Amino acid sequence: MRHLRQLEDQSVYIFREAYKHFDNLGMLWSMGKDSTVLLWLARKAFFGHVPFPLLHVDTSYKIPSMIEYRDRLAREWRLNLVVGQNKKALAEGMNHEKGRVECCTALKTNGLKLLLEEKGYTGIILGVRADEESTRAKERYFSPRDKNNDWDFRDQPPELWDQFKTSFPPNTHIRIHPLLDWTEINIWEYIKLENIPFMDLYLNRGDGTRYRSLGCAPCTFPIKSTASTVDEIIEELRATKVAERAGRAQDEGRGMELLRKDGYM
Amino acid sequence: MATCKTDTPANVDIRDRMNIVIVGSVDHGKSTLLGRLYADTGTLPEGKVEKIQAICKQQGKEFEYAFLFDAFLEEQQQGVTIDTARTFFQWAGRQYIIIDAPGHKEFLKNMISGAARAEAALLLIDALEGVKDQSKRHGLLLSMLGVKQVTVVVNKMDLVDYSQETFALIEKEYRAFLSQLDVTPQFVIPASAKRGDNIATPSPQVAWHTGPTVLESLAQFSSESDKGEQPLRFPIQDVYKFDARRILTGRIASGRLKVGDQVIFSPSNKSAVVQTLEAFNVDPPPTQAQAGQSVGITLDEQIFVERGEILSHEGSLPLVSTTFRANLFWLGRRPLDMGKPYLVRLATHEVECRVAAIHRIVDADNLSLDQQQTNVAVKRNEVADVTIQAKAPLAFDLYADFETTGRFVLVDDYDVSGGGIITEMVPDREETLRIEARQRDFAWVTGDVTLADRAKHYGHRAALILLIGPDTTSKTFLAKKMESMLVAEGRHVYMLDPENLRRGLDADLQEGDAREMIRRYGEVARLLIDTGVLLISTTNSFTPSTELPSTGPSTSRSSATLRTGLPADQVVEAIRTLVHPAPVLTVYMSQEMTPSSIEADLSFTGPEDFTRTAHAVLAALKQKGILAETIGNQPVFQFSI
Repeated sequence: MRHLRQLEDQSVYIFREAYKHFDNLGMLWSMGKDSTVLLWLARKAFFGHVPFPLLHVDTSYKIPSMIEYRDRLAREWRLNLVVGQNKKALAEGMNHEKGRVECCTALKTNGLKLLLEEKGYTGIILGVRADEESTRAKERYFSPRDKNNDWDFRDQPPELWDQFKTSFPPNTHIRIHPLLDWTEINIWEYIKLENIPFMDLYLNRGDGTRYRSLGCAPCTFPIKSTASTVDEIIEELRATKVAERAGRAQDEGRGMELLRKDGYM
Repeated sequence: MATCKTDTPANVDIRDRMNIVIVGSVDHGKSTLLGRLYADTGTLPEGKVEKIQAICKQQGKEFEYAFLFDAFLEEQQQGVTIDTARTFFQWAGRQYIIIDAPGHKEFLKNMISGAARAEAALLLIDALEGVKDQSKRHGLLLSMLGVKQVTVVVNKMDLVDYSQETFALIEKEYRAFLSQLDVTPQFVIPASAKRGDNIATPSPQVAWHTGPTVLESLAQFSSESDKGEQPLRFPIQDVYKFDARRILTGRIASGRLKVGDQVIFSPSNKSAVVQTLEAFNVDPPPTQAQAGQSVGITLDEQIFVERGEILSHEGSLPLVSTTFRANLFWLGRRPLDMGKPYLVRLATHEVECRVAAIHRIVDADNLSLDQQQTNVAVKRNEVADVTIQAKAPLAFDLYADFETTGRFVLVDDYDVSGGGIITEMVPDREETLRIEARQRDFAWVTGDVTLADRAKHYGHRAALILLIGPDTTSKTFLAKKMESMLVAEGRHVYMLDPENLRRGLDADLQEGDAREMIRRYGEVARLLIDTGVLLISTTNSFTPSTELPSTGPSTSRSSATLRTGLPADQVVEAIRTLVHPAPVLTVYMSQEMTPSSIEADLSFTGPEDFTRTAHAVLAALKQKGILAETIGNQPVFQFSI
């Protein structure tokens, strides 16, 4: 438990630095386990309040119960929810059959870009974790993006002693990653410790499968699992050697490096 | 998926966590060691090795363990780690984040970012190449970054036929180097990452080695910190007022904090009692907290404190000065510039500063050499011994005593461009007055009416407006005008002319007692400010005359004998120190074309419309949050932040 409190203390510190330094701050919420833990940590940092909007980039292909869960928590926790969507791309018929990377780029990367342009956010808080995928392992807590949303991973700012990159030229923004040091197991341990409400898609509901990672319905696949409680998920994860995002189609090949360089989460 | 639990060191319950960095010169095998550690402990994701092997085969090159964590295409193509990667490793009940830091000199800032997050380090040396410059530089940086637990791995032992002699020579040389930095390695381990010798399993090739394998040595690093036992340092991060509670937040850097503690804020010298510790979803609420925790507290009274102040107990206060000496590593694209303004960020305090002196370049090869160099430029990736002078006093500690409050970064434009550890406090000109002000403030007896109550009542914070500049610029005239205007608005304001102290409070003083005259004036101002008043004053009595003595009626008080002759900026600094932390607004008045030698908040030149000038000063007071916009039930001056 001590290791979870240490992770919590660091994440809370990052949240408070972000809130202090960014006038126009927003936080991405995909309703998945990670960004819901992120939301909980925001309430920890601000003593039950969430003093910035929660942004959901809606691809329109999400699993319907995710939207129900989103709207229920937004009501109960009095969240300021902002939903963005790349309506133009959807009107032109964009879907995963036109190519997974193309679809992610249009509906997620560009959907986010449109939302950032419209609202002018200078700081975006996201729930990415270093253990998810190898380019995320090289991220900073405060990671600059240029005016095209591009990530220059060759020249990242130094980050030392909790002194973060909090000043930046006009028309650029900073991605803030409070969960970088958390692992998938830590997320579930923390959900259990704090009793955080999560979607039951993550549990086996009798058919011998569960979702380990949630995204769009066409590109996210459940895994075979008998885990029907948080404890059982934790036990399962300790034994597994299968990567968490194995059920996420866009990760194949160099997909993530290319997506993330251009501003994907 | 099977959920049956088999207890292996990789999946037992986690008791604690730790960040470890792997450093060393380029090509000494850091990424290979990391890959090997995972592969030989069976902790890689399924199919990862096969996937990389397939890519290698496709590209027609030999598989290397290093490829497992070099994620970027460029890294794999060039066989060089560009940026630090966090990898997660769990063994024997401890969760590790192992940080693979690049060894190439060009990516030193990335190595520093990685090492700054670590509590312990594995430092690699190539057995064939021996101790390189970069090996020493990394050792020096580790000690500056606060990584005190180090294990040295002499890698590529297979290339020297596992020679015990070669190993012993390298061990001796590097131990001698580290001892100059007060670092004693926990272990020195002969290994070959490529062949798997002494990484996860002991190697028969180096049977003469009696110490642990690399894997075993990890468990020997201690995750216990003694910071909880040190005196309290709690840098204020922010002040929140989301609901009825006014909560001061921050992360405790050292020591412990309890409900009921009497605490002092530095450098403002305010004090209060901790009323509650606030937390979300914690029942019952906590009553104490310690080093490492991000907490929120409320106080028994609504004192004005800001981000950047350091909270401590009265028995053990941090140092306060504008000036300190430090060892600085510089990462800026441009060389360190003596004249240029930078921002110094120390814990949560941020203030403009400049480099007052560069004493010498600290070279990994001449650590003990204490020679003075002059006119040296500090280039990227160099370490230098410097003196930093900030524009306002800050609270800090020596790095040898406190880690978090003893180090800082310098920000150039938008970028963190250097980091340093404080080696010495340098007393500045105001040192004596500052000590007097601190001791006087700690002993100050207050009534039940707080400064916040007074501010609410009067519609403004107590402050000092200092009119400065050459003679005959009608400063007194402006002071009188502003006093009248503010009183007409219903404000609590008073014009204090320093001349009024001359024949009374200062009657025992001789002409030469310049500093004492200013000290007494400062103490009077401090007293009046405590009543909640807006004080308006000129400084003519303290500064040298800029004109020949005149016989005209307006200067008939024989200025030559009254003046202390101190430069205006020194007078302002002395007064500022004594009334600290009350806001001081400086207004510089001069004739047309007179160049201003001192920095002021507002400057006016030439014949002025004094009504307009007075309005400009009032606007500045509002903008600084000193004066409320309107007087009424809900004044909106900035008292809480």
